[in-house]
Amino acid sequence: MYKVVVPGDLVSEEVARAGDGTYVDDGKVYAMKYGIVHDKGEIKVVALTGKYMPTNGDIVIGKIIEISFPFWIVDIASPYEARLHTSEFSRGTERRMDFGSMSAHLDLGDLIVAKVLNVDALMRVDLALMDEFRIGDQEGRLVEISHTKVPRVIGRSGSMIKMLKEKCNCFIFIAKNGRIWIKGREENINLALQAVLMIDNEAHTSGLTDRVEHFLDQSCKKKRMESK
Amino acid sequence: MKEEGIELIKDGKRLDGRGFEELRPMKIEVGVLKRADGSCYFEIGNNKALAAVYGPREMHPRHLQNAKTAVVTYRYNMAPFSVDDRKRPGPDRRSVEISKVSRDALDPVILTEYYPKTAIDIYVELLQSDAGTRTAGINAASVALADAGIPMRDIVSSVAVGKIDGEVVLDLNAAEDNHGEADMPMAMVTRTGTITMLQMDGRLTKDEFERGLKLATNACREIYELQRTALIEKYSESVGGGEE
Repeated sequence: MYKVVVPGDLVSEEVARAGDGTYVDDGKVYAMKYGIVHDKGEIKVVALTGKYMPTNGDIVIGKIIEISFPFWIVDIASPYEARLHTSEFSRGTERRMDFGSMSAHLDLGDLIVAKVLNVDALMRVDLALMDEFRIGDQEGRLVEISHTKVPRVIGRSGSMIKMLKEKCNCFIFIAKNGRIWIKGREENINLALQAVLMIDNEAHTSGLTDRVEHFLDQSCKKKRMESK
Repeated sequence: MKEEGIELIKDGKRLDGRGFEELRPMKIEVGVLKRADGSCYFEIGNNKALAAVYGPREMHPRHLQNAKTAVVTYRYNMAPFSVDDRKRPGPDRRSVEISKVSRDALDPVILTEYYPKTAIDIYVELLQSDAGTRTAGINAASVALADAGIPMRDIVSSVAVGKIDGEVVLDLNAAEDNHGEADMPMAMVTRTGTITMLQMDGRLTKDEFERGLKLATNACREIYELQRTALIEKYSESVGGGEE
């Protein structure tokens, strides 16, 4: 059973174990966020709500919102915009890209899968492209949920996502910033979408995987009945 | 300030039947607005306050950005229908001042250094007013901030004390505020006892001031418990099945 705390709640007296989401005052550890206490090794408070903060190595889904040579400015569902340098395209080649040809590679509104290369002290975020980076116009749909609920969509050691992929027969890609890319046949996408929104709404309840599985089974059964 | 012919205390009770050290009935609800990052509705007596928090988000205009911390803005606004005579809509001298002191009441607990260059915007709307709206607004705003997932040291609680018919009493209503001798709103962090806002309108002796402060401190504890319970109850239905 997890414990919900609010900012200022005492979580521990062992200063040495103070982890993320906590602060130390007068020799005691207090919660810094409204969230759930994790008491394994370090004492952490994992927020239930809040904005996505980019960290090195995160895989995110971004949207090109501006072209300003030599960068593309990318929205990553965070208070901070990220930048993608033109050299990401010309890596390994001698040719340099000029301003005019940038939009031919990536234009405004394009969606990409990228990795957070580096975040500096001024919160400048640099991105690197993944091998399969492009999300085309006709390739499925994108949903956005709170990044705090991403672990629930994945489930313990991937149990939830595995089940979703099997039952919905879809390609599902979950990015760290809460954006989820679903690809497949139209009716399968709709089903997966409903399941994801269900997880989003009930993320804080227990036995969720079973309930989502039950929901998907019911929906599939209903569809089969209708088609008969 | 005292007017003739108005009796604010009768048989040891106040006009609305409360004792001297009694708060008005309160009601609190978390997460009432879907579009805001965090929100809270707070009622105390006939006061109805709605707080919405947005952010941290990109700060505009850019030149107001702070390279090291987030910038907290606070807007206190009374609805035109919140008082007996229609209030002319829009910011005025009074609401600009209240916005400023309320912002300063919350700023010390917000860990702004975690979100450099961003803005955290707090909007407080008073739907109905019956004295003590700034304190109701601060109570609502501090719960809304927590609900938005913003890192904070503590939750701020706020209440007013005053003096009517020569007695120090807690949480004035509009009649008591208008015809009483003094009104003193304050905001504090109950865990540490840090006072983040303290204003006074009217006069109190040193003794009365100290008595009032003690009254307010105890009342803030009561309000804090309510704020905390409201937040925890939002996720009370069997939190986390251990799948994270």
